Amino acid sequence: MKTHRSAVAVVLVMLAVLGMYGHSLASSAAAATGAQVNIDNFSFSPNMLTVKAGTAVTWTNRDDIPHTVFSDQNAFMSKTMDTNESFTLTLAKPGTYTYFCTIHPKMTGKIVVQ
Amino acid sequence: MNRKKEGDVILFDHNHDGIDRRGFLKCMAWAGTGTLCVLHGGVLNSFSLSDPAQKTKHHRGDFSFVQISDSHMGFNKPANPDVVATLKAAITKINALPEPPAFMLHTGDISHLSKPQEFDNVSQILKSACTQDVFFVPGEHDVLEDNGRQYRERFARNTQGNGWYSFDKNGVHFIALVNVMNLKAGGLGNLGGEQLEWLGKDTKHLSRSTPIVVFAHIPLWSVYPDWGWGTDDSAQALSYLKPFGSVTVLNGHIHQTMQKVEGNITFHTAASTAFPQPQPGTAPSPGPMKVPAEQLRHLLGVTDVNYVRNHHALAVIDSSLE
Repeated sequence: MKTHRSAVAVVLVMLAVLGMYGHSLASSAAAATGAQVNIDNFSFSPNMLTVKAGTAVTWTNRDDIPHTVFSDQNAFMSKTMDTNESFTLTLAKPGTYTYFCTIHPKMTGKIVVQ
Repeated sequence: MNRKKEGDVILFDHNHDGIDRRGFLKCMAWAGTGTLCVLHGGVLNSFSLSDPAQKTKHHRGDFSFVQISDSHMGFNKPANPDVVATLKAAITKINALPEPPAFMLHTGDISHLSKPQEFDNVSQILKSACTQDVFFVPGEHDVLEDNGRQYRERFARNTQGNGWYSFDKNGVHFIALVNVMNLKAGGLGNLGGEQLEWLGKDTKHLSRSTPIVVFAHIPLWSVYPDWGWGTDDSAQALSYLKPFGSVTVLNGHIHQTMQKVEGNITFHTAASTAFPQPQPGTAPSPGPMKVPAEQLRHLLGVTDVNYVRNHHALAVIDSSLE
C-alpha cells in the first residue's frame, strides 16, 4: 500500500515537472517566432530587417550597457533596456522605419515592413 | 615653478597637434608606480609622488579643485561588480590629497540607469568627501527617463534650460554645459541653439584675461566620432572661447584620460571611477572593458586641477586609484 502511494506521488511530481517544462518550451517557441534583432557591440544585428506586416519584432540587448530603440518617424520607442532585457513591437503598417539608440545615437537600424 | 630635470620632460609632438602620445603612454605606464603625470600648458611632466621638491608653492589666490566622472552608480557587470567600492576609493584618494580641493566637479554619468536610488547613493557617498561643494553636469546615462527630471531636481536647481550654468571662483569663470540631450540619429553630443546663444552672452563681457574652465560630459573635441566621442556643434562654442588667454575644457564620457591643446584651449578627459573603456579603435565597441581584477583600479582615477595665479594654464593632474 505504502509503495503504491509513493509511486503515485513520484509520478505526480514528475508530471508536474514535465508540465512546467512543457510550458516553458511553449513560451520559448512563441518568443522564437517573430523576428529577432540582437543588440551587441553597440550595433543592431541585423542592421536592416525586412518583415511582413503584423510580425512581432523583438530587440534583445546583449551588451553590458543599456540601449534604447527610438523611431525617427516617432512610430515607436522602447524603455531603457539593460543587459538581457527586450522590447517587442508589432508594426501593422507597411513602410520603412529607421530608428536609433537615444543613448548612443551613432547606433542606427532599419525595419522594412512589407 | 617646477624645475624640469633631464629625462623628466617628455616632448614628442610628431603629429603637431599638441597630443604627446609617446610621452603620454610612457607616463601612463609609470602611473601605477606612484608617479604623477602633470599636464601644464600642453607639456607632460612626470613627478615622483615622494619628491617634496615638486610641491607647488602656495600663493594667495591659488586654489585647486577635483574632477571625478562616470561613477555609473547601479552598474554591476563583470567590468566592475562594485562601483560603490571604487567610488569610495576615489573619495578616499581625494581626501588624502596634499592640497585639499576647494570643490569638486562631476562630469556626468553619475548614475547608470537614471534611477532615483542611484543618484541618491552617489550623493550619500560624496558626503564623506572633504568638500561638500560639488558641481554636476549630466551624462547620457543620467537623462534616460522623464527628459532628465530626476537629474535636474537633484543637481541642476537654479540652472538654465536643460541644466547649463556658470559661476566664478577666485577670479576663474566656470561654465557647465549639457551636451547629452536631444541627440540626433547618427549624431554625436549636442549643445543646441538655445545653450549656444546663452554661452555667447555669458562670455561676451568677460575680460580676455579671465581664466575659463568649461566642463561637459561628452568631449567637446573630436576624439573618435565612430564611437560617438565628440560634439556635433562644439565649433560654435569654441569660437566663443578662443579669444580668451586661458581655457581649460574638462570632459568625461570616454573613461580614460586624454588631452589635446589647441592654441589657448587645453582639452582634457578624466578616467571613470566605475570601469575603463578601450582606447579608440582598439575594440569592436566602446563598451565596458574587462581587465584582470588587480588591474582595475590602475585604470580608474580622479583628476586634480591646480590654478596658480597669473600662470597661463591650469595644471591638470591625473592619478589612478592605485
